[in-house]
Amino acid sequence: MTNTIADVEEADVILVTGSNTTENHPVISSFIKRTASVKGADLILVDPRRIKLAEHADKWLRPNTGTDVVWINGLIHVIIKEGLYDKDFVENRTQGFEELRKTAEKFTPEYVSEITGIPAAQIIEAARMYAGADKAAIVYCMGITQHISGTDNVKSLANLAMICGNLGRPGTGVNPLRGQNNVQGACDMGGLPNVFTAYQPVTNADNVKKMEQTWNVSGLSDKAGMPATEMIPKAHSGEIKALYVIGENPLVSDPDLNHAEESLDHLDFLVVQDIFMTETAQKADVVLPTCCFAEKEGTFTNTERRVQRVRKAVNPPGAAREDWRIIAGISGRMGYSMVYKNSSEIFDELASVTPSYAGLSYSRLKEEGLHWPCPKPNHPGTPILHGQEFPIGKGRLHAIDYIPPAEQIDEEFPLYLTTGRVLYQYHTRSMTGRTDGLNELAPESFVEISPADAEKYGLTDGDKVRIASRRGEIVAKMTVSDKAVDGTVFIPFHYAEAAANRLTNAALDPVSKIPEYKVCAVKLAPAA
Amino acid sequence: MTENQITINGNRFSFEAGETILDVAHRNSIDIPTLCHLKGATPTGACRICVVEVEKARNLLPACATPAQAGMVVHTESPDVVTSRKMSIELLLASGNHNCAVRNSDDTGNFADFQLRVQEYDHSDRLCPVWGDCRLQDLAYRYQVSGRAFPATEVKYPMETVNPFIVRDFSRCILCGKCVQACNEIQVNNAINFGYRGKDSKIVAAGDRSLKDSDCVFCGECVQACPVGALVEKEAKYRWRPREAKKVRTTCSYCGVGCQIDLHAADDKVLKVTGAEETPPNYGSLCVKGRFGYQFINSPERLTSPMIKENGEFRKADWDEALDLVSRRLTDIRDSHGSDSLGVLTSARITNEDNYIAQKFTRAVLKTNNIDHCARL
Repeated sequence: MTNTIADVEEADVILVTGSNTTENHPVISSFIKRTASVKGADLILVDPRRIKLAEHADKWLRPNTGTDVVWINGLIHVIIKEGLYDKDFVENRTQGFEELRKTAEKFTPEYVSEITGIPAAQIIEAARMYAGADKAAIVYCMGITQHISGTDNVKSLANLAMICGNLGRPGTGVNPLRGQNNVQGACDMGGLPNVFTAYQPVTNADNVKKMEQTWNVSGLSDKAGMPATEMIPKAHSGEIKALYVIGENPLVSDPDLNHAEESLDHLDFLVVQDIFMTETAQKADVVLPTCCFAEKEGTFTNTERRVQRVRKAVNPPGAAREDWRIIAGISGRMGYSMVYKNSSEIFDELASVTPSYAGLSYSRLKEEGLHWPCPKPNHPGTPILHGQEFPIGKGRLHAIDYIPPAEQIDEEFPLYLTTGRVLYQYHTRSMTGRTDGLNELAPESFVEISPADAEKYGLTDGDKVRIASRRGEIVAKMTVSDKAVDGTVFIPFHYAEAAANRLTNAALDPVSKIPEYKVCAVKLAPAA
Repeated sequence: MTENQITINGNRFSFEAGETILDVAHRNSIDIPTLCHLKGATPTGACRICVVEVEKARNLLPACATPAQAGMVVHTESPDVVTSRKMSIELLLASGNHNCAVRNSDDTGNFADFQLRVQEYDHSDRLCPVWGDCRLQDLAYRYQVSGRAFPATEVKYPMETVNPFIVRDFSRCILCGKCVQACNEIQVNNAINFGYRGKDSKIVAAGDRSLKDSDCVFCGECVQACPVGALVEKEAKYRWRPREAKKVRTTCSYCGVGCQIDLHAADDKVLKVTGAEETPPNYGSLCVKGRFGYQFINSPERLTSPMIKENGEFRKADWDEALDLVSRRLTDIRDSHGSDSLGVLTSARITNEDNYIAQKFTRAVLKTNNIDHCARL
């Protein structure tokens, strides 16, 4: 997030898109609902499903799945045409406005309406509402990123915010909500194939040299590695021989699961380090038991870049150990000694090679977390990014055209499928599936379908249906719901026994390598 | 000089427009006790515990709902104030099954009869489940009120236990409305409200249905707000006592919000989770997973030993054997197929320290950049 969670309450207008906030980030949804319903700010929701937040929204725009660039360019079109953009900000803080203006030219409300299904008048009203606010915040999530055009979608939202001067001030910003407790931290720490900590490219010789010196090694690779969504297929083709999987369960969470399963079967060696015998762990040659969050010391970095302490409350079960201790044990056996007294020592080392964490230490995080960048021990942290300038100087506006989703419906597969989470379960259920009460409230997978589509296919609520895509099929219970849009069904991906990801398409965004979980083509039939 | 100043207990304090007497007092570390007051919500003045004496005012005024005005002279513990508070506490103690030792008798004057009646209702031989963690009990001690003055009112509504997480014990509800505000003004879930009138008043969900048949999403904001034993966590009821549990501040491990939580643990088990109040980013709020989804920690299905697969079956191994095997195999594959034939999936679930070590190991030991995690999934 460019801004903080609490900062949302400063906004006059909040634009939420591709985020089912009340189910996926319930506490952030409270901030949004309070701002909209209690404090009276305007809430614009753009989402293909009539999610709970629609009840609190002043405007709910309902685009066809996978058409985000179109409606965003539509708003930009109206804002430029009506002169509602922030001329000072565009002039002083951005570059590329002319190209953006040209590209946006063809995205008239009528053209946008044709592709997205959003009425032209709503595009105009939403544009005026967003641009008319002194402070407008954009909040988005995986509904924006899990497309082959995910990067384009994000850049388009950044365009919208920048031309309206909605960056670098309280109540504004472009705010992605991150779905995992420490996904921000895992990225910050260099758990990515192309960068060391703090996004320092591995292809830069100075960075390589710095790490070699700190780590006292030579011969670090200066070639970017493979992202997860390529490693798994490369296991299938034999280029990857061994995988060491820590705290992940790709055999429920990956796209096109049937293929992913075969890929892991092709490996020579699979190590899984986890707190439970997950679907992925069952395939492993060696399983290593680890501590859960309540059993260890450390830090997580949240979606607003706040680095916060994790503290031990109970002892781990049996022989389970902290993840770092296990890895250090393997490292030592492979001839590279990693000796740390505790996690605090590791933190001090990582802060020394991570410019945005350089000013942080456990003693500073004692009472409350701090937002990176925090470059110096006396730096207060940075709650709001881009206040004076962007890291590259002037912010780049990107002229972006529309690319349709990788898979289209046809006669054989006439419905779109979109996937996501539900409130009472989390990811692959390895944790929530072990809390009885949560299972009682959300016991099984389901296919959410609109009343009209249910009628069309002669199905009623509670029926078992067989749902198939070009890659696989599952059986699940039908839930007829007003949340669903005609022509699109929704399935939560949590449940291994009716895994939505047997159906999803592994087509990737070319830059982010994120799979297109949010759109694929499926067909429905009653299950015998 | 007096334009924006008020006097509290003989000392002058400045205030800003919109501040209540309570705001000014708390800002200056003057303790005006409250019961129904919920930070961040509209003050209701319902419980009358925070009443103060304001010179020239006809009645005692609730500090939480009275705006500070220039020249006001306030007394927070005057004899009239104390008498009023004692009366309010007496009445609240009489309003249900407040079977801490404070409520030491009922209308018959028989302590044992009252306790036995409540224990029968509770199906338990323990004192109130929030004993030691109750605002009303605290106030009763502070003002030395016994609850003897009024007969205990009868219990009108049965306990609701049909949902998995929250026990609604109407016999202990003092109708302060704090839960209603928590639900409607803080979480904005609009699931509960006051129902019925007068002596039949009750906090109801969806036209007086059970929580599981209402809009309730089990965030538990109401439980955390409840100052008495009317709303308690089902799991923690009678298992958790504040004296016996230790409280550890940490960060929730579900989504990326990073809510600050307190884990309440006893006998090496987590028994209850509460939101850390007045602390960002969540300021006390939590969701159903963060508050109630902790059973996995104590799950008997947790992995407790390294496991090695032989002939398709797992067997237990000790750390030395398992780590020897992993390092030998990774070394063999690296040396025969090259570093880039190895890959590591680190995790968005583990700590920064764990992730740092995982990428250091991948790069410095395996000598590849094939490291990633599920940021994209």
